Amino acid sequence: MSEHVSAYVSQRELPRLPAPRSEAGLIATLRKNLFATPYDSVVTIVLGIFVVWLAWNLIEWGILTAVFTGANREACVPAEGQVIGACWAFVNAKMGQFIYGLYPVAERWRIDLVHLLLVVFAVPLAIPSVPWKRLNALLLFAVYPIVALVLMTGGDFGIGGGWISFLFAIAAFVAIAVAGTSLQVSERYVRIATWLATAAIIVLFASNIVRSESFRVLGFEFTALSLVSTLLAFGSVAASVAASVTNNQRLKVLVAPVVMLAVILFLSADFGLREVPTHLWGGLSLTLVVAITGIAASLPLGILLALGRRSHLPAIKLLSIIFIEFWRGVPLITVLFMSAFMIPLLLPDGVTFNNLLRALIGVALFSAAYLAEVIRGGLQAIQKGQFEGAQALGLSYWQMMRFIIMPQALKLVIPGIVNSFISMFKDTSLVYIIGLADLLGTVRRGFADPAWITPSTAATGLVFAGFVYWVFCFGMSRYSQFIERRLETGHRR
Amino acid sequence: MRDPKTRGLIIQIVLIIAITAFAAWLISNTMQNLTRSKIASGFGFLNYRAGFDIGQVPIDYTANSSYGRALVVGIVNTILVSGAGIALATIVGFIVGIARLSHNYLLRGLATIYVETFRNIPPLLVILFWYFGVLTVLPLPKDAIEFPLSTYLSNRGLQMPAARFDAIAIWSVLALIAGIVGAWLLSRRARAMQLQTGQRPSILWPVLGLLIGLPLVVFAVTGFPMTFEIPKATRFNLSGGWHVRPEFLALFLALSFYTAAFIAEIVRAGIIAVSKGQTEAASALGLSRRLTLRLVVVPQAFRVIIPPLTSQYLNLTKNSSLGLAVGYPELVAIGSTVLNQTGQSVEVVAIWMLSYLGLSLSVAAFMNWFNARAALVER
Repeated sequence: MSEHVSAYVSQRELPRLPAPRSEAGLIATLRKNLFATPYDSVVTIVLGIFVVWLAWNLIEWGILTAVFTGANREACVPAEGQVIGACWAFVNAKMGQFIYGLYPVAERWRIDLVHLLLVVFAVPLAIPSVPWKRLNALLLFAVYPIVALVLMTGGDFGIGGGWISFLFAIAAFVAIAVAGTSLQVSERYVRIATWLATAAIIVLFASNIVRSESFRVLGFEFTALSLVSTLLAFGSVAASVAASVTNNQRLKVLVAPVVMLAVILFLSADFGLREVPTHLWGGLSLTLVVAITGIAASLPLGILLALGRRSHLPAIKLLSIIFIEFWRGVPLITVLFMSAFMIPLLLPDGVTFNNLLRALIGVALFSAAYLAEVIRGGLQAIQKGQFEGAQALGLSYWQMMRFIIMPQALKLVIPGIVNSFISMFKDTSLVYIIGLADLLGTVRRGFADPAWITPSTAATGLVFAGFVYWVFCFGMSRYSQFIERRLETGHRR
Repeated sequence: MRDPKTRGLIIQIVLIIAITAFAAWLISNTMQNLTRSKIASGFGFLNYRAGFDIGQVPIDYTANSSYGRALVVGIVNTILVSGAGIALATIVGFIVGIARLSHNYLLRGLATIYVETFRNIPPLLVILFWYFGVLTVLPLPKDAIEFPLSTYLSNRGLQMPAARFDAIAIWSVLALIAGIVGAWLLSRRARAMQLQTGQRPSILWPVLGLLIGLPLVVFAVTGFPMTFEIPKATRFNLSGGWHVRPEFLALFLALSFYTAAFIAEIVRAGIIAVSKGQTEAASALGLSRRLTLRLVVVPQAFRVIIPPLTSQYLNLTKNSSLGLAVGYPELVAIGSTVLNQTGQSVEVVAIWMLSYLGLSLSVAAFMNWFNARAALVER
């Protein structure tokens, strides 16, 4: 049999021929991708004409007939029969406002410094190969906000006992979280610490309602109850330290209280910076403030809400569902209106929040609800075996969440989280409706300025603002895709 | 305390007490603040005279109408712009989404550019761009841009011929309804016959006759009871015809084009989600490409598409509240006017929230019904 088949077998390899002309090369690629069928050719030709027309119009509007220099509207008002495209002179003249808002010109270096520090801290954190991630994260998430706050406002806050005990109560809870979620811990002391911290919060609440005489301790104004609250918080931290087993753990537990102490000293210190009230903030820097604060506040809140919605305790589950569905059901504008008009009504007489803080609260609660749903999706995607395995190992609820569930769940939903951040970044533009001058707000005010009213000013300013938003959002989405690929561990089909 | 059940119970009770206390504290503060600023709480103000004019009134409204009526106008305007926006966004979104999967470089590239541009820009900016950048710099009505069919575009908006029907035209509408019912019965019978015999009778012509022919015949018999009102140029303005205001146009175009970018991504993901084996199996069964799409790919893609599509529709409805920025009189814009005039912030905010929750829930209910029809029926 085999003789018949192998009648002719070449002894040497034949030279490789190039691919046929119809299958390779520029022309073939073009034919395959642009002119495959008659229908395709028609589409290509029509669209090609459209693209050329569009590109020509854009070039004409943006460059050929655009005005690049000029001090006021005179430069951009078209003469009879003349066509004027973009009025870049307007963007040029208002650039300072677009970035800094009404921030005093002499103090703008402070904003520059804040932006610079953001880049210095955030960029190394974003690049996977740069070392010292832990220190870097601490700098960005703990040190940077405080420094930025002092730089932007001018610092020298008159911090009273109420704030001090509040900050230390937060520090106590963070210490409990750090101690309680480590793998070796004395449960009894954690419980004591929790009770003490809760008591601190209750006493703090009472100190706001019950009037008691005030006195000075170490230069800070304390009421009797707020002092008690502060001491309770200290006691809680001590119990958390006692709960820890190794020295390393104790150090970790102490990080939050020490940071908080530094924060209080730093905030109350006088650096000789001029005070700049928040109604002068504006432009891109305000957009960044709202977006970054919103992101930072909504992520932990979103995680808690997602856990609450998946909880087995009916009351917690119901409350989380109501909270989430309420915020998701209404538009952000009404939320902002509500925070602008109703927060003053809800607070006791004499307590006021400034406009910016109200908007921040609204934005943070709103995006926390959306984030909670994204994170819940991640939690649902984790197999039951992971929960059961963690419980079989004897981990407590929080330990299980921190070491087993959350790392997997959050990784699964990174695209969703970044999408929420992108939509929140876009949504910050809505704060201009309640009177804050963010990037879009300054542009809007800019083209309403009588000195710059021309037919093309509005379009030019909006195109510029759109480009800035686009760069940020597009950058975020590209970065998320990069991180997604990096974290890909092959679980996906 | 060691028992998880007791612990859970205690945690919940503490939480409920804390939240109730917090709510009570907020409410008591509100009461005090309201009595101090002498604002009567309650919804009595809805019957007072509004005293302001509204630019676009789809239902009867004058400045003498009540606040309640003004808010109803706002709700109707919200529904108008959302409905129109949803329709256009769906059409554009499906076209762009399918174009993103095209083999044609140019088509795919343009669709990608469209999606990436609109997804990364705030919707408010798009609305402002259409309104301040495009529509308000159009020429004055006296030298409006003229389109075919006596349609004019100027900085006062779009002016189109309006069809005015006589009362007798109601018979044509009735004929149309009868035609729809007839066509539905016919298609049911055809389906039953297909299930029984395997042969599907062609019902295209009878259905077309019922849907188009019957109303046309009735229309002709009743003597074409319709006149066109064509916009006329007066000295300073265009009058007559159907006038679409620039605020509506700006909001409608911006919302549609913005949401279409998201719908395009959803459509693309839905089509990709139908595995290749399905199309191959369909062509192995001998189905044509058109039938493969209609009977195999689209029904399965819809299953993936509908839930996110629902949330996009809801987003569009909620984003219509941005009309406030260009003065489109929708619910939030009118509500804020009412709020400024009366100071009834709690009540107005409550009305907003309830209206939007109601709109969201009804859109969601409709889409859930649609989804249940399209969902996979598993045994």
